[in-house]
Amino acid sequence: MSSAISKTIDSERVFKYLLIAPAVFVILLIGLYPLIKLIVTSFQNISMFDNDLSYQGFINYERLLDDDRLWKSLLHTIIFTAIALPIELVLGYLLALLFLEKLPFKQTLVAIILLPTIISPIVAGSIWRLMLDQRFGPINQIIAWFAGGDVRLLWTVETALVWPAILIAEVWQWTPFMFLLLLAALSNVDKEQLEAAQIDGASWWMTFRRIVLPAIMPVMFIAVLIRALDLFRVFDVIWTMTQGGPGTFTETISIYAYQMAFREFEISYSSAIAFLVIFLLTVTVVWALRRVEVSR
Amino acid sequence: MIRWDRGWRLTLRVACALMVTIVFLFPVYWLAAISIKTPNEIYSYPPVWLPAQVNLSSYMTLFRDGDAWSVWHSLVTAGVSTVFAMFIGTIAAYSIVRFRTGGDHLAIWIISQRMIPPICVAFPIFLLYVSWQIVDTYVGLILLYTAFNVPYVTWMMRGYIQEIPLELEQSAMVDGLTRWSVLWKVVMPMARAGLFATAVFTFIFAWNDFLFALILTKSEVVTYTVKVTGYFGSQSTFWSKIGAMSMLGVLPMILVVGTMQRFIVRGISLGAVKG
Repeated sequence: MSSAISKTIDSERVFKYLLIAPAVFVILLIGLYPLIKLIVTSFQNISMFDNDLSYQGFINYERLLDDDRLWKSLLHTIIFTAIALPIELVLGYLLALLFLEKLPFKQTLVAIILLPTIISPIVAGSIWRLMLDQRFGPINQIIAWFAGGDVRLLWTVETALVWPAILIAEVWQWTPFMFLLLLAALSNVDKEQLEAAQIDGASWWMTFRRIVLPAIMPVMFIAVLIRALDLFRVFDVIWTMTQGGPGTFTETISIYAYQMAFREFEISYSSAIAFLVIFLLTVTVVWALRRVEVSR
Repeated sequence: MIRWDRGWRLTLRVACALMVTIVFLFPVYWLAAISIKTPNEIYSYPPVWLPAQVNLSSYMTLFRDGDAWSVWHSLVTAGVSTVFAMFIGTIAAYSIVRFRTGGDHLAIWIISQRMIPPICVAFPIFLLYVSWQIVDTYVGLILLYTAFNVPYVTWMMRGYIQEIPLELEQSAMVDGLTRWSVLWKVVMPMARAGLFATAVFTFIFAWNDFLFALILTKSEVVTYTVKVTGYFGSQSTFWSKIGAMSMLGVLPMILVVGTMQRFIVRGISLGAVKG
């Protein structure tokens, strides 16, 4: 009897590892192997002209320090994230408030609003290039109705307009994401507490800070984290709309890393860039998670 | 008087909601409109807001020139990789939930794989694919999408399997079922809503991918997203093709939001909102 039990336990011990083995294998193959390869390459000297596999020390990392284009692209990425994220959050919250109470055809309207979030960022970028076309696009036409006369704004070419154009596309695509998550969070806020606060005559701000915000905080944190990570690696939308242009004006870190690796074949240097990005992301995320744990 | 006031408020809210919906829908409408416009309507100033008739010649061109094959490539790579990722991820999730394999850390390590920006690992993967000679093949893209989606599937299915009562499995085992048949005959059927929802999202992630397809394909298995960006030329932009091809990419997604709305919250919030 006891040997039968221990036999089951033994076979289960093997079984549980068998079940998880394929997952761990593919993750090691596509996740960990590239990371190791990346670190190794970043200490070598491989480019279009060189193929030196010997240890080169930190030359590629030293080069990062003097690379103006790199820091500009990093700055673009951070500023873009810092602007797009709050806009999406606030718009998403306002939309969620609008849809929180009963509304005819609520489900249908929510489904329609969700569509942008589900489609490919490539398609979203294409759509906005068509929308913002200087001559045949509807946006300039609508502006012309208000401004009067002929409006020929070059949205994806002129330096003053390219970032707003990309921002419009990004906000259009991802506000529904925030909206949906916050709507779900808000509908779970305790109604009795809200009523009690109203009876006590609490101000709107107090109610929001003391009751609503703590209740939606966990979901909001996840939503912001997911979006921040996505925004930090933004590539597709910008690639379709400007390819980082004019010049390097809308180059983000992902686009710069792509250009370095696949256009200029600076293999070792682009590996150093990639490692820098992974390092920065890890540090930021760990810091953010720590802070949340502390504040709880 | 109070009644009347309430009616007003509702009307105002409905009006606002409708306006917002139109703002979010209009760009997709514009894409759809372009895909069925005649060249004259596309290149007219001021723009034509409502095409006079449904003109399918843009779609016809895609099918005649063979460009529509790229949609097929997307379908095959996304579809097959979804099946693989679902299988690998679900059994891994079962192991994590029922046997606490790797404790809490393994699950978190697996989901953290999704944090790394694709561009960072793209070049090493490209080199690996060159040496294995699977660049520009179905095998290559399917392998990549599978690996890329396994963390998501594992994480999501972990949540769904946790919700299945343990007693069910125990009684099945008392009845003499092996672990493997418990997994197939008890757990899988119980988790089928979760399986279905997760599979749809896995499919969407692969379907929407651009960067990996851009790097790992040349001509044989080019996906529709890569094809769309190719129509934006420096000299001329093929508007009708962009419209039609993008619409082919959007149509399955319209089906998704139409039919599985109640799963979407949980799917896109990585399980944070149970919905």
